[in-house]
Order: sequence, then structure tokens, then C-alpha cells
Amino acid sequence: MSAVPAETELAPTDSRRPGWRAWALLAPMVLWLLAFVVVPTAILFVYSFCERDEVGGVIFTFTWENYHRVFDPVYLRIFGRSVYYAGLTTVICVVLGYPVAYYIARASAERRNQLLLLVMVPFWTSFLIRTYAWITILKQDGLLNGLLLSMNFITEPLGLLYTPTAVVIGLVYAYLPFMILPIYGSAEKLDNSLIEAAHDLGAGPVRAFSSVIVPLTMPGIAAGTLLVFVPAIGMFAITDLMGGAKVPMIGNVIQNQFLQARDWPFGAALGVIFMLMFAITYVILQSRGARHTA
Amino acid sequence: MSTAPLAMIEIRDVTKRFGRFTAVDRVNLTVRAGEFITLLGPSGCGKTTLLRLLAGFETPDEGQILLDGMEVSHLPPYRRNVNQVFQSYALFPHLTVRENVGFGLRMKNVPSADAGPRIRDALAMVSLDEMADRFPHQLSGGQRQRVALARAIVCRPKVLLLDEPLSALDAKLRHAMQLELKHLHKKLGLTFVFVTHDQEEALTMSDRIAVINRGQIEQLGDASEIYHKPRTAFAADFIGQANLLNVTVTGRNGTTARVRLDNGLELTVASAGLPAAAKSALVSIRPEKICISKQRMDSENVFAAHIEEEIFRGATDQLRLVTEQGTKLNALVANESAMQEAFHEGDRVWCGLHLDDVVIVQTD
Repeated sequence: MSAVPAETELAPTDSRRPGWRAWALLAPMVLWLLAFVVVPTAILFVYSFCERDEVGGVIFTFTWENYHRVFDPVYLRIFGRSVYYAGLTTVICVVLGYPVAYYIARASAERRNQLLLLVMVPFWTSFLIRTYAWITILKQDGLLNGLLLSMNFITEPLGLLYTPTAVVIGLVYAYLPFMILPIYGSAEKLDNSLIEAAHDLGAGPVRAFSSVIVPLTMPGIAAGTLLVFVPAIGMFAITDLMGGAKVPMIGNVIQNQFLQARDWPFGAALGVIFMLMFAITYVILQSRGARHTA
Repeated sequence: MSTAPLAMIEIRDVTKRFGRFTAVDRVNLTVRAGEFITLLGPSGCGKTTLLRLLAGFETPDEGQILLDGMEVSHLPPYRRNVNQVFQSYALFPHLTVRENVGFGLRMKNVPSADAGPRIRDALAMVSLDEMADRFPHQLSGGQRQRVALARAIVCRPKVLLLDEPLSALDAKLRHAMQLELKHLHKKLGLTFVFVTHDQEEALTMSDRIAVINRGQIEQLGDASEIYHKPRTAFAADFIGQANLLNVTVTGRNGTTARVRLDNGLELTVASAGLPAAAKSALVSIRPEKICISKQRMDSENVFAAHIEEEIFRGATDQLRLVTEQGTKLNALVANESAMQEAFHEGDRVWCGLHLDDVVIVQTD
């Protein structure tokens, strides 16, 4: 192990560089990404420095005006609220998802597959139908209120729907699987003898969990956080349907700029800032994760 | 009052089952403080389960385990004063060597002023002072093994459990580590319980060896006893090489007895191991105990044979002998210097065998 063979014994370096065959295989994907990610992002970037005309068209000039508006307190508050709800959603997903993921990872191989299937069952139904189902559950004369009333837990129906609580419930419901799966992935790789070693060295269940299990499943938690937080902060369908447009998040604002307000340049500027935020978060998470896996 | 003052481990009638499989079957074993005991047996014999019962990773279905006079059968591992060196080393990949070694002290809330020197001492003891800030993946297999060892001994356990700790090392390193472990045992004065399937390792290192087969201890004794006086066919066969032969008792004469092999060769054996009523027996003859010469020698048992096959093994030659009666025997001779007789395939030779070297391992 310790004696690494000299470089000359390795395969010629040429074979590692993607040749024309590799490019041929990658071409469809590259073209797709160029056409539908790179080009639109570039357009968005250009638009964000433009102005709008009276009918919602785009005038090609160069102005920082849109970026100035992004930092208007109104929008900053919405940004802040979005970060808060998405953050809350992420934390709840970690708390709910971790035990589930860990349990699945420790189950027998056969049972593991059944449980994983259960986690993915919701994806078989359209996302919108599932969100409408939540509306039937939470609304004034919905299932939950009906149940609580009939059991005499409450005397008046609770106003659950169209509140921030409903939005967070909807977000957690929608994104929980995206937390469970990556945590499962790293918990499944966890070597049981490491947990035994922790116990052997005097760590009770709590300390074994906090000083061995959590650090070693951190890559899964980080990936899950990214997979939940990023889409949650930009989500507009759930906030519209379950929040009743009373608690707009940044996704709703952007959607508005493009569809209702027809201010594409401002919407583009919001989008660019949004993207930058994720890029920075990602870089931070990556550099912290790198220390563990190094 | 029943526990002797020096008994560090007492295993009393311990049974452990996994479903319908009995891994450990009514085992009794007492280990003295400071002893180096080896649990030796083939894979699946229950030796690792026995170790895990001592560590607390498993709890016995029946029986008791006492550590230093205290019943621990149902105590979790983190409440027992034992530490284990894992076969896979089980080093924490997210911690440095220093943090790995200090883990046990941190869990026991040893103040860092105290822990620092202890970690340093433990690392010095396994000659890894230089590596303290590396991560496990930056170490060689042998170095990881040492970290695992340091991590276990830094906690000053009453008993150190070693689960085939050398099996992943190459032969040269393994031999070096065998000696190093033995020195460490002397230096620390700890009780070592060592699990291995390698009989040579067991013979080299242990004060006593427990030969385990099918969940039971077949024989318990020091290395020489286990090797020279195997009590069962399994023990004879598993430790070293053995010629195992079925014999019928043909006569007795005071301290000796005559036995006959199935195909006619007669041997004289010590009658001590042969109960008066025994009509037949299984005997074990170690290959190196068969004395071979071109000249007829003077011995209790002398018979002629020819060399069917010669296998060169470096320091020794393994000879496949066939006696005049057709009995096949393995013999081992030192590879001759130029001064001595040389033996080759097809040679006719005389074989001599001392009566004490014919060990009765089983009787009917």
C-alpha cells in the first residue's frame, strides 16, 4: 500500500483525456445544457442590466437600476422571509428525515428496499395534486378540522390554511424525500464497527451519535440541506396555493415580475442575485465538506 | 468468596445463540490478571462471539461473565473497563491520529491537561509520535494498526481485547508486530485476550491457548501442552500438522501398550493415555517427530519406508513416506547441511519414533 508505483507504470495519460468518443457520447447533454441552461442564463444576465418599456418589452441599455431596486427594503424583507421559511423547512426536514434515513440504512437489505420505495411513493402522483390534497386536509371545513371537531379537541375550526404554517407544512412535505435520500446514502456507508468502537471507548448512545455518527453522515446532511433549501426558497406554487399569496416568497416575486408586472429586467436581476446566493452557499458547504472527506 | 483473587475474567457456563445457531456453547473460562490468552479456532467457531461477549457488543443468553470480580454480563460496552483492537482497526476517518487516540479520554471526560501527556505516551509506545496530526487515510496498514492499539491502551483498560488485529498485515510486518505486542504485554502488565485463526501466531504469543471448535473450548493449555499433547483430533489437526491414524489396541505391558494400524504396522505407545477398556484409538504423530535415517536406529518404534515425494520448503523438507505396509505418513526434516545425509524421492529409509511422540487423542 505504502509503496506507490512510479508514474510510468500507470496507463498513458492520453487514455484519461476524453477522446472524440467521449465527446460524441456527451454531445447531446452538452447541447441540451448549452441551449436550455447556459444561453438562458446569459440572456437573464444581459436583461438584468436593461430597462423595460411601457408595454413590458426590454430596452437594451446598460443600467444598475434593477440591482439597486433589489436592495429596496421591501424586497430585502421578502428575501429574509424566504430564507427564514426555507431554513425552517430545511431544519424540520433534517429533524424528521434523519431518524427515518438512519433507520432505513440500518434495516436488513430486503426491508431497506421496501422502505426506500415508500419514501419515493409520493413522486408517483403529480406534485400539484398532492398540494391540492393538502388544501382539502387543512382548509376550514377540511379533514383535519373535521377530525379535531368530532373528537372535541377544539370547538371552532382552526384557521390553518393560508398561513405561514401551511406554507412550511407544504414545503416540508414536498421536500422531505430530498433530505431522506442523501442522508440514507451516507448512513448506509457507515461502518458499524466505528459505532462499536465509539461505544467501546466509553461513548454512550448520545455521544456516539454526536461525535461519530453525525460527523460521518455530514456529507449526506449537507447534500440534503442543499437539495431542500435551494428549491424551497424559490418555490412559488406552494406559497401561492397554501399561503394564499398572503406570504409571498422570493419565488413569487420573481414569477410576478415576469408574468404580471411584466418587468423582465427587474425579474432577471432578482434571479441573478438569487443564483449568486446559492453559488456562495454551495462553495461554503463544499469547502467545509471537503475537510471531512479529504 | 468463590472468586480467586487473581481471576480477571471469569466466564461461567456462557451460551450465545443467533437464531437456531449456537455460537458459544456453555463455555467456562477463567483468565488470570496479566495473562496473555489466545482464543484459537477456525472461522465460525465462536471465538469472535466470545470476544464480543467480553466487550459487551453481545449479551449472553445464559451464564455469567465476571470482570475483575464484578458481574458485567448485561453491561453495555461503554460501562466496561475493557477496550478492543478491531480487526478492521475501526479508526474514525474524520479525526486525526491524536484525536483518535484521545477519543476514549474525551468520552471519559479526562481533563485535557491530563489527556495530553497520556496521548503522547501512548503514541510514543507504538512509535507514532511523528504521525499525530495525520488522518487515518494518510497512514499505512501497519501504522493504522498501531493507532488502533494506542487508542485502546490509552484508556488503561483492565483487559485488552484483540480481534485478529494482525490478519490484514503482510507476513513480515505481522511477525514484527507479534513480537511488539508481546513486549507491550510484558511492559503494560495488562490482561490480553487475543483472537486468531492462525495457529502459529497463537503458539508464538500466548501464555495459554484456548482451542475453540463449534462454540466450545476443546482444549486449554500453554503452547507446548497444546502442541505436544493435543487432547482431541481437532486440536491435533488444527495446530501444526499431524498424522492422524486409527489404531486397534493389541496388547498391554505395564506402562506401554501395543497398537496396530489398520494395515498392519505395529507401534508401541505409552499406556497412560489409554483407558483400560479402550479397544481402538486415534493417534497423532507430528511430522517432525519422525526420525529418519539410512541406517537402522535404536528406538521403541522402528520401521522401514520409502520416500514417495519430497517437497522443498526452505529450511525444511517435507517428505511423504510410505511404509512397507502401505501407511502414508508426512515427515518433516531439517534441510540437510552438506555434512548430513540427504534424502530424495525413491530412497529407502528407516524411521524411528519415540513412544511419547505417538499421542493418543481419542479412544473408544
